[in-house]
Amino acid sequence: MVSPGQRQRHLDLGTGGGRGCEGASSGAVCLCLCRCPRPCGGGRVSPTELCTRCLEQVKRTGFLNAFVTVTEEQALRQASEAERRFLEGRSLTASPLTHRDRSPPPGKPRGPLDGIPFSVKDNFCTENIETTCASHMLKGYFPPYTATVVQKLLDQGAVLIGKTNLDEFAMGAGSTDGVFGPVRNPWSYSAQYRERPGVDPRSDWVITGGSSGGSAAAVASLGSFLALGSDSGGSTRNPGALCGLVALKPTYGLLSRHGLIPLVNSMDVPGILVRSADDAATALGVLRGLDVRDSTTIPPPAAPPHLPDDIDIARIRVGIPKEYHAPGLSAETLCQWGRVADLLERGGASVEQVSLPHTQHSIVCYHVLCTAEVASNMARFDGLQYGHRSEVNDSTEALYAATCHEGFNDVVRRRILAGNYFLLKRNYERYFMKAQKVRRLIAQDFARVFRDGVDVLLTPTTLGDAVRYCDFIQEDNRTRSAQEDVFTQPVNMAGLPAVTVPTALSSRGLPISLQLIGRASHDWQLLGVAKWLEQRLEFPAIQLPQDVSQAEREAGVPGRVRTSVL
Amino acid sequence: MAASSSGRLAGICSLKDKISLGYSNVFCGSFATSACHHAQPQIKRKASPQLVGVVGLEIHAQIYASTKLFSSSQVCFSSPPNSSVSFFDAALPGTLPVLNRRCVEAAVMTGLALGCTINKRSLFDRKHYFYADLPAGYQITQQRLPIAVGGRLSYSHLVGRKRNQVVDKNVRIKQIQLEQDSGKSLHDSYRSQTLIDLNRAGVGLMELVLEPDMSCGEEAAAAVRELQLILQALGTCQGNMSEGQLRVDANVSVHRPGEPLGVRTEVKNINSARFLARAIDYELQRQMAVVEGGGTVLNETRAFDFKSGQTVPMRDKEGLQDYRFMPEPNLPPLILYERETVPAHTDPRQVVLVDQLQEQLPELPRVTRDRLVTTYGILPEHSFTLVNEDGLVDYFVGVVQQTRAEPKKVIGWVLNDLLGLLKQQCLTVSQSPVSPNALAELLDLLEAGSISSPAAKLVLQELWKGSGKSAKHIVEEQGLGLMRDRSEIQQVCRRVIDSHPDEVSALRAGNKNVLNKLIGQVRKQTKGRADPQLVRAILEEELSRPPFHGETT
Repeated sequence: MVSPGQRQRHLDLGTGGGRGCEGASSGAVCLCLCRCPRPCGGGRVSPTELCTRCLEQVKRTGFLNAFVTVTEEQALRQASEAERRFLEGRSLTASPLTHRDRSPPPGKPRGPLDGIPFSVKDNFCTENIETTCASHMLKGYFPPYTATVVQKLLDQGAVLIGKTNLDEFAMGAGSTDGVFGPVRNPWSYSAQYRERPGVDPRSDWVITGGSSGGSAAAVASLGSFLALGSDSGGSTRNPGALCGLVALKPTYGLLSRHGLIPLVNSMDVPGILVRSADDAATALGVLRGLDVRDSTTIPPPAAPPHLPDDIDIARIRVGIPKEYHAPGLSAETLCQWGRVADLLERGGASVEQVSLPHTQHSIVCYHVLCTAEVASNMARFDGLQYGHRSEVNDSTEALYAATCHEGFNDVVRRRILAGNYFLLKRNYERYFMKAQKVRRLIAQDFARVFRDGVDVLLTPTTLGDAVRYCDFIQEDNRTRSAQEDVFTQPVNMAGLPAVTVPTALSSRGLPISLQLIGRASHDWQLLGVAKWLEQRLEFPAIQLPQDVSQAEREAGVPGRVRTSVL
Repeated sequence: MAASSSGRLAGICSLKDKISLGYSNVFCGSFATSACHHAQPQIKRKASPQLVGVVGLEIHAQIYASTKLFSSSQVCFSSPPNSSVSFFDAALPGTLPVLNRRCVEAAVMTGLALGCTINKRSLFDRKHYFYADLPAGYQITQQRLPIAVGGRLSYSHLVGRKRNQVVDKNVRIKQIQLEQDSGKSLHDSYRSQTLIDLNRAGVGLMELVLEPDMSCGEEAAAAVRELQLILQALGTCQGNMSEGQLRVDANVSVHRPGEPLGVRTEVKNINSARFLARAIDYELQRQMAVVEGGGTVLNETRAFDFKSGQTVPMRDKEGLQDYRFMPEPNLPPLILYERETVPAHTDPRQVVLVDQLQEQLPELPRVTRDRLVTTYGILPEHSFTLVNEDGLVDYFVGVVQQTRAEPKKVIGWVLNDLLGLLKQQCLTVSQSPVSPNALAELLDLLEAGSISSPAAKLVLQELWKGSGKSAKHIVEEQGLGLMRDRSEIQQVCRRVIDSHPDEVSALRAGNKNVLNKLIGQVRKQTKGRADPQLVRAILEEELSRPPFHGETT
């Protein structure tokens, strides 16, 4: 959470004081959780007001297509409950609550996230709130239960703003392949991007990356303080990087997957998209923990309640994996990589080159393992119990076939086909087994480097800054996924934590980010280094125009915001 | 698959063991009536040795547990359709399996009882196929590394004309694997629709693979019967075949000894031990006829039709299916420990200790039988009958402990009289209206010579009515006490001699067998109350006197 020191200097929202707040000059919201309402009375904005401002911002930026469902009514109700707790809590001694206090007495703020607006990728189940995975298959599906990580946020009093857009069933790297259409990167409408010569906002808008593009856009456009994404091959870090956010892929098993509609069970983790490393640590502290409903969760390591302000990186050993100097890496990203490595070195860290020789095989290996698990996971969408059901009913088999054909897009169907092929008895050893062996080698690469004393690895997150939508769709989903996940994907193979940190704007005015990879369960150490960098990089805040509706008109798309029925 | 999550038994729900020791089900099954060599079809040929049958079994035993293998839904045989279905059982997206500790313990106990090697580390796999009652599109099973391997089931069956020769056999157990049961499909052909009941979906099963070490239906039936008893003794499966708690598929082939095994068929749809024997024997005979006729046996799945007693090909193409096995990514390896090896600071609720379970194993049926034979001197075949009937061992021992009568006498009363009455009225031992106590009292009266054996049978009939009267009370009330007054018996004997002149003549002519008829007449007239030895003595004495011809003529 936030250090006591920080808690002392509360800022009025929207005054532009402090890092990044000039971005909220429209009076919408400030950037970091640390400036949100606090139990000790320093906050200047009530939960209801905060919620209302976020909802307004979501509406104003509707053309980004970040949300599939906006849960306005529920959000306002939750906000007023949080507000009641704050008002009643004023008279109580403020003590920071830990996430273990699941049901504190009424009238007492519940912790650092009480009253904080957040969004959730639409592949996390939310009770009685439509959960679509951006697929025809699950249109109209209202789950009867809530995912563990979402429930933990709700239990903390956080306010759910809505469900965010994605690639269908999280299969993609652009947030362009969902049934609700592509998500637009908020930076497309920033002063930083638009004020470059020759940019036509009508056609030159850039993608968010994916597949958690809606969540990234929601946080980057100031419609939420925190968003949950999912990360199987980079789906949280990739859009986080392209949207200029701090995006954490925690250690596998640190956060429960119960209620996350799976892509690749053995690699999926819920991801955290926020605007600062401190916020990531706060969210991680709340979300982590064993879950009896997820047998792959691990006992969380002891962690500080918040990141210190004075971080000493003198004893940190930073590895620069040479294999990440990959073809297609943009000159600007390479330049940032060097700049940050130098920065760390100057800060006292030892920076050395390391080798992860099997990383180059990661993408093809991922392709086999991912499609195999997809083929298996998608078998349940047969139209019998829930979700889309075809009218064709000549036979059960015909119903299955028609349901899948109508319910899934080409990307999903192709992965199912490929995965079933790899799992055939005659192919299993040649593809699946081999991929598993390669996966182990990739994990061993990391293990060796960390065993040799390296604490964190510094790599690019993406090849370059965000691509224009019209360029992105020139290649198919499979090609794009292979290109975009190249730096993020190996981490999932090994179950390690990784965080992406924005370092600077490119010459086009778009975010460039780097990735830090840490040892398993060393998520906090990783966030500490991220914070140290954040303090020195001075990445600029997004400058959205005062009148965002102007951008909307220029974008030429009607805002599409659906409100859930509760 | 994270390395950090391996090496422990994660997420096991801490269920209280709700297994009671009493069994509600009783098995009226008995051993197949024909000896193996009778059932074994024989088709002789001059040129080559005779064909023999080879039988292996795949047995699915529903684990007796209060909840399902991976969810907390209740397991109940007759609950209303779809009333016991969790989100996981219905395969709602985002739900994950959580292993039921009780099911793991049941599989370990079963493995230990069958002499298996317990794998300290076992894995779960997904087996894919599309079926309406398999909501996830796959079954979670243990294909690669099952929980137990390499055991042995020792069973015995009775042969000989009187079925009193005990033959001991063994069948190797390849493996025991944990897996999920499927739901049930009900096909409504009238409305041409299929109704799905998911109550059974996800119930824990132990699949036991028995190697092809059996050669005929009766051996297979005897092996299954023994397994049933073992599972019931362990309390790991209720074993009722008609309720589907124990389901047996038979792999059947024929070959000539010394030659490679023949092509096998799989026979399904068998719901009793008796039908198992019939189905296998029919299938062996059919295959032998095919081979003898120069044909080839097809590798196919066949269903047993109990009405016609035949096996018929099933239309499904299961044999051709590619199940696309894959490791189950949501379940870390299942690690079992012993007291010595359990890591420090481990939550005891998360751990299954193999050595502890080994110590807790109850007495197995084979041991019980041996104990009965050596302790009470009863015949081996009688020990089988006692053990086969749920609760009968305890009943027998209860009577023996409370009566002065010899166990050898008690066994006759328990197996012939009591069990006969129970069978007649389809009652279980626990439902018997005559308690071990009451029977012991009756046998004491008999032993003390207070009543005759026929009278005792009458008293048992009275006790069976459940009036609450004691044996002694019934004897007194109905005057069933033994007649010991010599003159009284003598009078009856004389009456009998007088009214049976033909028999008396025959006797005097040397036909000693006729005496028994006269004894029977006396017993009849005294309602069996007369001391049989006294009757015989008096009759012999009366008849040894010369006839009083002179007096009468």
